[in-house]
Amino acid sequence: MIAKKSIKIFTILAVVFSSFTSYATSDGSTEKEGQVNSPESINAYIKHHLADSHDFALYSYTNDAGERKHVGFPLPVMVWTSKGLKTFMSSEFHHNDDGHVIVDKGDVKLTKIHSKIYELNEGETHVAFDDQHHATNAHKVLDFSITKSVFGMLLAGLLMLLGFSSLARGYKKGAIPTGIGRVLEPLVLYVRDEIARPNIGEKKYKKFMPYLLTVFFFIWILNLLGLTPLGFNVTGQIAVTACLAIFTLIIYITNGSKDFWQHTLWMPGVPVLIRPVLAILELAGFILIKPFSLLVRLFANITAGHSVVMGIAALMILLKAKFGTVGATGISFLLTLFLSVIEVLVAFLQAFIFTMLSALFIGMAVEEHEHH
Amino acid sequence: MYNLIGAGLIVIGGGIGLGQIGGKAMEGIARQPEAAGKIQTAMIIIGALLEGLAFGALLLA
Repeated sequence: MIAKKSIKIFTILAVVFSSFTSYATSDGSTEKEGQVNSPESINAYIKHHLADSHDFALYSYTNDAGERKHVGFPLPVMVWTSKGLKTFMSSEFHHNDDGHVIVDKGDVKLTKIHSKIYELNEGETHVAFDDQHHATNAHKVLDFSITKSVFGMLLAGLLMLLGFSSLARGYKKGAIPTGIGRVLEPLVLYVRDEIARPNIGEKKYKKFMPYLLTVFFFIWILNLLGLTPLGFNVTGQIAVTACLAIFTLIIYITNGSKDFWQHTLWMPGVPVLIRPVLAILELAGFILIKPFSLLVRLFANITAGHSVVMGIAALMILLKAKFGTVGATGISFLLTLFLSVIEVLVAFLQAFIFTMLSALFIGMAVEEHEHH
Repeated sequence: MYNLIGAGLIVIGGGIGLGQIGGKAMEGIARQPEAAGKIQTAMIIIGALLEGLAFGALLLA
């Protein structure tokens, strides 16, 4: 029994640690068209990784016959065009990302340029570009596709569902959870005792626990998924972090107590002439600055982390001329390993900070003052 | 060019701020080791607020 469990743990650890190496090796050799070996192509590759994409590419290589092979799987594309909803698999674009492959869906022609799906204007068969490489005879469509990031979020949701339902089921058998629940229980208690209780207050924290726990584990799992070689960068998408910050905003605005609104809009105890000025400042702080700082912090931290790790991994290619293959790989591997370990810490810290500040803002809003 | 100078200034400012926070927290912990947990939490919150400010400025730079 113990041996079986330790094998399981060892396998998980092996997968986690091999992720660091495959990060380093896969970065160097993949790009849709040909090799990544110059600073410009490395830059383009990192930018490509940071952006969302319509298919799930693990890696790609050029075989002996000179063909480009892609390993991964396609994801469904759902777009709302001028002729209604169109759905198909992203494999129909054949990994083309510069508008050369036109997907004909009967009444509309669609193409993909820089991970954005465009609809060609009536009667056109090819995309025309102006000198800034913008399409001139096509327009963007509303895109509801299951992209890589959406897939990552669904995966995180599934992991949370599995983990926490197993934790909940564990309490039916006894007071001490088994399996994955044993890892999750201290984290849940940590969020409750270190984040929710001191910041929101003993009386009201229970109402906000579901949100705080969800947001904490959602961010944490997605941050950790971003460190695996699957290549997710979900919490590094500004739209995702903006959405999370807006959830927090809605929660503390709708739960604001009478005292909170009074202190925000018509601060007692200061001269009447200053009150409107204070109200403007307080409102700007609560509606704009606080959510903005939440969303920017998470987005910038994760984006910076990903680009630095990938940049360090790319050192391998740039230093090859100076130190030889083994030397360059060694330097790049050690630095990448070091940074990846820091990133594991950052993944937790950012989830903690986001939850902590959400709890702090909610606590400010629901607080009731004692009247003298 | 100018945005790089701006980014440098932001990093200098943020560094001074983080140094102040970290240094004072260390002093506090050294004076009162039993309050280390509370000081650490407060330090992380202030650090995060500063970080949000610095990152916001970096995005604009």
